[in-house]
Amino acid sequence: MKRGALSLLLATLLAACGAPAPDEDAPRPPRLPVPMEVAFDDDGRPLPEVLADEQVLYRGNGEEPQTLDPHLGEGVPTANILRDLFEGLTTTAPDGRIVPGAAIHWDISRDGLTYTFFLDPDGRWSNGEPVTAHDFVWSWRRVVDPTTGAAYGRMLAPVVNAEAIFSGELSPEELGVTALSDTSFQVQLDDPTPYFLGLLTHPTTYPVFRPALEEHGSMHVRPGNLVSNGAYRLTDWQVRSRIVLERNEHFRDADNVIIERVVFYPFEDENTEFNRFRAGDLHWTYQVPSAQFSWLKSNMDEALKISPWFGTYFFSFNLTREPFEDSLALRQALNLAVDREIITERVTRFGEMPTFNLVPPGLPDYEPYEPEHAAWTQAEREDEARRLYRQAGYSESQPLTVELRYNTSENHRKIAVAIAAMWKQTLGVRTRLINEEFRVFLQNRAQRRVTQAFRAGWIGDYMDAFTFLELFHSGHGRNDAGYSNPRFDRLLERIASERIPAKRRNLMVEAERMLLDDQVVLPVFYYMIRRLIDPRLQGWDENIMDYHLTRHMYLVKSQAEEVHDGESEE
Amino acid sequence: MLKYSLRRLASAIPTLFLLITVAFFLIRIAPGGPFDSERALPPEIEANLAAKYHLDEPLVFQYARYLWQIARLDFGPSFHYRDWTVNDLILQGAPVSFTLGILALAIALVVGVLVGAWAALRQNRPGDYAVMSFAMIGISIPNFVMAPLLILLFAITLGWLPAGGWEYTPSRTVLPVVTLALPMIAYIARITRGSMIEVLHSSYIRTVRAKGMPEKEVILRHALKPALLPVISYLGPAAAAIMTGSVVVERIFTIPGIGTYFVQGALNRDYTLVMGVVILYGMLIILFNFLVDLLYAWLDPRIHYDDGEAEA
Repeated sequence: MKRGALSLLLATLLAACGAPAPDEDAPRPPRLPVPMEVAFDDDGRPLPEVLADEQVLYRGNGEEPQTLDPHLGEGVPTANILRDLFEGLTTTAPDGRIVPGAAIHWDISRDGLTYTFFLDPDGRWSNGEPVTAHDFVWSWRRVVDPTTGAAYGRMLAPVVNAEAIFSGELSPEELGVTALSDTSFQVQLDDPTPYFLGLLTHPTTYPVFRPALEEHGSMHVRPGNLVSNGAYRLTDWQVRSRIVLERNEHFRDADNVIIERVVFYPFEDENTEFNRFRAGDLHWTYQVPSAQFSWLKSNMDEALKISPWFGTYFFSFNLTREPFEDSLALRQALNLAVDREIITERVTRFGEMPTFNLVPPGLPDYEPYEPEHAAWTQAEREDEARRLYRQAGYSESQPLTVELRYNTSENHRKIAVAIAAMWKQTLGVRTRLINEEFRVFLQNRAQRRVTQAFRAGWIGDYMDAFTFLELFHSGHGRNDAGYSNPRFDRLLERIASERIPAKRRNLMVEAERMLLDDQVVLPVFYYMIRRLIDPRLQGWDENIMDYHLTRHMYLVKSQAEEVHDGESEE
Repeated sequence: MLKYSLRRLASAIPTLFLLITVAFFLIRIAPGGPFDSERALPPEIEANLAAKYHLDEPLVFQYARYLWQIARLDFGPSFHYRDWTVNDLILQGAPVSFTLGILALAIALVVGVLVGAWAALRQNRPGDYAVMSFAMIGISIPNFVMAPLLILLFAITLGWLPAGGWEYTPSRTVLPVVTLALPMIAYIARITRGSMIEVLHSSYIRTVRAKGMPEKEVILRHALKPALLPVISYLGPAAAAIMTGSVVVERIFTIPGIGTYFVQGALNRDYTLVMGVVILYGMLIILFNFLVDLLYAWLDPRIHYDDGEAEA
């Protein structure tokens, strides 16, 4: 009798604890605030009466940055903070257009090899000192100096002598940069680099304040020591807790910076960040939990923002080993047998665009080559896949056994499982799924000894198709497929030196076509940017590079606040 | 006692040395290195970074260099968090983890012992069953389930407490402390109950009862103290574990403690950071086990360290 009552009690307790599953049944969150209608003045600035009284932005920002030294930094979370702290010669508008930054205008020589930048005479460091061309000269020399260890030093590779300085043959003073005066900075390039102005939005090209480095050494990025030339300055940094920036009153365009303070929170877990957003602690998230799409769609549609990103999710083959060495037909068969739409509709589910291409759309000046099979139906592709599979010498009785490698992650696993199932169903391929911890995975991919087919992905570093194509140069450090095609290498070199934009574009299209026809990659879909944004936060816009500078944003009052006549919500 | 203490502390040195040696070589064996990333570094820069952190030297040299460093209490620069040294990171993280750990430990000890003793006095009666069922649930619900449930209820639905983040304030501390304490309360309650029942059945308790001592005094003066011995032995390692932080709780509540450094440090191949937290953890384990042994002597009059060991 007692026992029965006890187990009943246990059962109810357990049920009570298990009930609020984090998915559909969860209670509705407090309703998202509805922002006031924004009115603008003649200069396009929002009118003060619609602005919220407290202009403090709380941004979720992925993992803790490795460093806030703009030249050493790596990774998207770090770059997000650096874009607020510093400013390059150029910067981006909310929609991603490249616009003048520390340089108000520039001249490009007729041959495209000499850039002269005229710095904003109002440019100031956060300590009030003027930003000069000498700062840029010194900073760029630091970037290419091999002892600095700049992770993205290659960003300056187009500059004269940069490559030789990296490899230690020349001293950093030989870099092709000169300060013509305090406010004019000249750069000599080896090859015309049409995307050069875009590179200048990258943190690696930002100036650093020499006296602070000389005084504090590697401690120069600590709050109190860091001197920056952007819209914000660093005031607090608690590791893995928060990074706080305050408006830099010396910033050249400080009058137009509305957000007074930005707090960046690092999150190791997307669900944690999601909970913080639901609790009203964040205005902006770094990502959203992948499994919550339908809940978000029905409960937080006003806050859920999904837009294309400049990145591609793909698989690739180790071309230096069996079974993929010299097996074009087999690689093509595997490529065609993957039904991308099933993956994007059933697995990833955030509106990702299925693709057979490597370079994502959205570039202003790139019309990608479309492979023939992209227009076929999936049934036609599968028929062709079966034909090619037989042609490659495999059959039901002699199936291909292949290892498909990916780095440990729930999403990658699901996608790999789906692909293995498709290969199995269409061709009878036996796939062994191997998941590896990220660093082991990277090392195995790079060594090309044990890999066969593997997951890859790439987010473009700058807005040009070249950022994807260069990965497959036979000498590139991330050419994990081991693709080595002299014709392709030559094509890349011609792209680098081509001066006429239309010709250069055609060469790039040709290069992508060569990669796709050689079946080096198995593209699956283009990445999407997915985040939650408080509707009161305005001034930002979608862009494929996912650059969002806080200085363009502002918080507006919610309609509830207006009704209460300025009564504070908090 | 002093002699014993000194001897115990001296014996900690070879233990730590062994721990450092094993950990040092194990983490280096793991494939991949601290500077591997999806964006391949140019080989020259990789070489420069390796030289900067002495990773280009033979492993034995690195090991010797490391031993010399920690002898001076310098855990070196973090390979991943480039702007910080391991000392910085531990000094920032440890107080947070210690605060949470000590609070959770204190709550768990008080509540657990009370509940366990109370249940023991009602052995096999409904109250005992009810409490022990709760304890069972406390043990079996993992904290990665408990923490989101608490957040959902108290932060999102009721809006009483923040959903995470860290400040030294009660509102930010309560949920993580409760999450950490719940399973410990359950363990301590079960251990206390078991050992209390055993003590209550022992002959000397029968004797004091037969002498007519009031029940309250029997329990508080004679039963509880020896019944705590197994709890104390559980507390030693548990205290070290809880004070070095919990990966799960830190992740879910975004708490900048040191628990995450074990995992993050290993994943990032941040050799020095992993070593730093391993050494800290090792020292805490040794320290707490030592304290436990001292407490034994105080709780159990039959235990005398110096005499017993001197004879042996």
